[in-house]
Amino acid sequence: MAVHIPYIDKPNPVTGVTNAKLGIWLFLASEVMLFGALFSALITLRLGVNDWPHGYEVLNVPLATLNTVVLIFSSVTVVMAWAALKMNNLKQFKTYMSLTLLMSFIFLIVKAIEYGSKFSHGISPATSNFYAIYFVITGLHGLHIIGGIIVNAYLLGPGSKMWSVEPERFTGRIECAGLYWHFVDLVWIFLFPILYLL
Amino acid sequence: MAHHEMPFWKKYIFSTDHKVIGLQYGITATFFLLFGFFLMILMRWQLAYPGAEIPLIGKALTETGAMTPELYNALGAMHGTIMIFLGVVPMGVGAFGNYLVPLQVGACDMAFPKLNMMSYWVYFVGGVIMMASFLMPGGAAASGWTSYPPLSVISNNAQTVWLISMVFLITSSLLGSVNTIVTAIQLKAKGQNFMRWPIHVWAQVTTAFLLLLAFPPLEAAAVLQLADRVFGSSFFLPSGLVVSGEKWAAAGGGNPLLWQHLFWFLAHPEVYVLILPAVGVVCEIVTANARKPLYGYKTMVYSILFLGFMSFIVWAHHMFMTGMGVTLSSFFQATTMIISIPSVIILTTILLTLWGASIRFSVPMLFATAFLPMFAIGGLTGLPLGLTASDIHLHDTYYVIGHFHYVVAPGTLFALMGGVYYWYPKFSGRKMNETLGKIHFWTSFVAINFVFMPMFFMGSKGVSRRMYDQTVYTHGAATQSWNVVMSTAAFVLLFAQIPFIYNMFTAWKTGKKVENDNPWDATTLEWAASSPPPHENFPTPVEVYRDPYSYSPTTGKVLPQFAPQEG
Amino acid sequence: MASEHMTLEEVKKHTRTYWVIFGALLVLTAVTVAISYVHLPFFWAVVLALVVASTKASLVALYFMHLISEKTAIYLTLGLTAVLFVFLIVIPWMIPWAEVRGWFVS
Repeated sequence: MAVHIPYIDKPNPVTGVTNAKLGIWLFLASEVMLFGALFSALITLRLGVNDWPHGYEVLNVPLATLNTVVLIFSSVTVVMAWAALKMNNLKQFKTYMSLTLLMSFIFLIVKAIEYGSKFSHGISPATSNFYAIYFVITGLHGLHIIGGIIVNAYLLGPGSKMWSVEPERFTGRIECAGLYWHFVDLVWIFLFPILYLL
Repeated sequence: MAHHEMPFWKKYIFSTDHKVIGLQYGITATFFLLFGFFLMILMRWQLAYPGAEIPLIGKALTETGAMTPELYNALGAMHGTIMIFLGVVPMGVGAFGNYLVPLQVGACDMAFPKLNMMSYWVYFVGGVIMMASFLMPGGAAASGWTSYPPLSVISNNAQTVWLISMVFLITSSLLGSVNTIVTAIQLKAKGQNFMRWPIHVWAQVTTAFLLLLAFPPLEAAAVLQLADRVFGSSFFLPSGLVVSGEKWAAAGGGNPLLWQHLFWFLAHPEVYVLILPAVGVVCEIVTANARKPLYGYKTMVYSILFLGFMSFIVWAHHMFMTGMGVTLSSFFQATTMIISIPSVIILTTILLTLWGASIRFSVPMLFATAFLPMFAIGGLTGLPLGLTASDIHLHDTYYVIGHFHYVVAPGTLFALMGGVYYWYPKFSGRKMNETLGKIHFWTSFVAINFVFMPMFFMGSKGVSRRMYDQTVYTHGAATQSWNVVMSTAAFVLLFAQIPFIYNMFTAWKTGKKVENDNPWDATTLEWAASSPPPHENFPTPVEVYRDPYSYSPTTGKVLPQFAPQEG
Repeated sequence: MASEHMTLEEVKKHTRTYWVIFGALLVLTAVTVAISYVHLPFFWAVVLALVVASTKASLVALYFMHLISEKTAIYLTLGLTAVLFVFLIVIPWMIPWAEVRGWFVS
């Protein structure tokens, strides 16, 4: 459409942020409440029973540790991708964003191995509430990873055409995608010890 | 401009123009409101004449033609769900919010037009899914709009479809709230600082924050309930659950109260989502038709913000009867009493605006002034419910139904209908028929009080809600004659909407054209745009010079926000 | 300053910071896994796990998400969210489990 909306590449002088920056933080605030509710459910369920297993007894801690390192590394690569654009280096952006995507896929593959191992032993959400909350929370987190993959892949691929016409706006998009990705990492930083190490 | 060469489907169906999207929300929501009303008409027939065959369509609904308990429960659950999530919120937030907020802050559109379009279509798909649930085996969801487990988990009907639909509706809402907040804060016109926002904008932004932060816990809870139903988990199923004499096959270890807490964590702020846009609309109509500035603008703003915040910490007053201890219930009783303060302040500032005013009783003003006592009754009847001692007697009775319907039906819906009459010239360039409007108002106002007022008496006598035949109990049989009154009034109320619907759809083509862009001689920014506004709203950027309600009651001089001159 | 008008030098300094933070996060991950092998009493295990996780999260939020130099509008949004998050997390103690009877619920 032909309407010209201000503050999509330059920040609003009063608030100091672009529309997308404010928008993504508002969205992340709602995501905090979403995962917060699930953590609240986890605590509720745990307090209610006597036979809650220790995560390290029934889940694969080494694989999950690997996933933690992979995800943290992907957080670094996605912010480096943004920094590359700030330094006008499209090629470096593409390298770092590709690395981020690679890490995301590794995370999902490891998750698939974990899930597969559980299913092959006949363990499902119906087995007990420990497994139920494990599958639901990590499952929802996994869906968020997939969402991030779709966005990042688009920005690496067809979306990167915007760099040649509106570089500031494109850099802003990468920053916002990065903020979402860091949030996904943040959730895992709490999920990992709470589910696997306690 | 390329806009004129756009094909019909892009200009009107998949439009990113907030005005088109606002109208789409309005039309869709109107349909759902009428459908939800129709569901209640079926229930009111049964309540007035228990066991009687439903006229015309009875045989199509059940084998005998009379209401069954299962159908009654489904109608009740779907009436509540459809009215709240498909009707009132999309009307108040999706229609009024979308159409007016960009105009009232002086912006050319919402901050994220494509996101705006998506939020409408996600709502639409959610609505289709919800409606499709009526056709599923086992019938539509029938565990109340509150979907309490274990019943909702074990029931053999389209509860799963209800949950999936809710995920769509919540997503639509989240996208919309981000848009509203960013638009109002980032895109306001030059000179339009926060304390010059119309109250309607304050109300919509606060509402958007409520939706943004309160809906996710319900989304989480819906996912958990979906897991219980589809994957066999036991988030909400306690150990040792017995259904129809047999042990329910699940691992157990869950708790139904977890659902209640997560549900009400949303559902309480949700009721303020229902009322706040209406309060904003009433402020706009009252100031323009009383020709007076709002009494206590800053007080109103702070009350709305305080109300919004408090709405997050009162939720367990819906759960006083779940066995909670005195410490917890005292906390929620206290916060509930405190939240009544900003509510009263809001009502009082509007009331005081009328004092010494030069009131023009146009049709919108009739609805806006009626809102005040109606909302007052709704609010006052909330007090015995918020006090734990009296709630023991009144919880789950018709008193509750009377209370919340007063705030939503003659409260919010009256305000929004007034808003339709008020802004109709803005979005169509024509006025709705005044006579039809007056018939609509007076018939609705009388009928609606006869529908809901008796509920307080019935509830005080202990008549329970969600019963398809109240005569099975002596105390219910004693008040049965009231049911006939209420059902008759409900039918009258239904017919009273006909002039409104007819008026709304015909005035578009045959209504009296307005002589200028600002037929009410109002002061807020939307009246600076032409009626209807062009695609970009303000071809020349609009600038704000003063407070939103600069009417002078003594001299009669009106200084719109957007007019530079003092004279 | 956050992320908008930065010179090349400032961006380069930031990238160095990112790698330092990455190192810190790896160390903290190792620490939290190591602690889990000690099998502390449940209460202390939870406290320590949350302290380490919060530290890691703060590093990601402050440096990767540039929160250390963000604007008031963002801080206000997050502040409000934090308050409401606390209420969400308090819910479990509102539910009368036999074990917790006598804490919040009397």
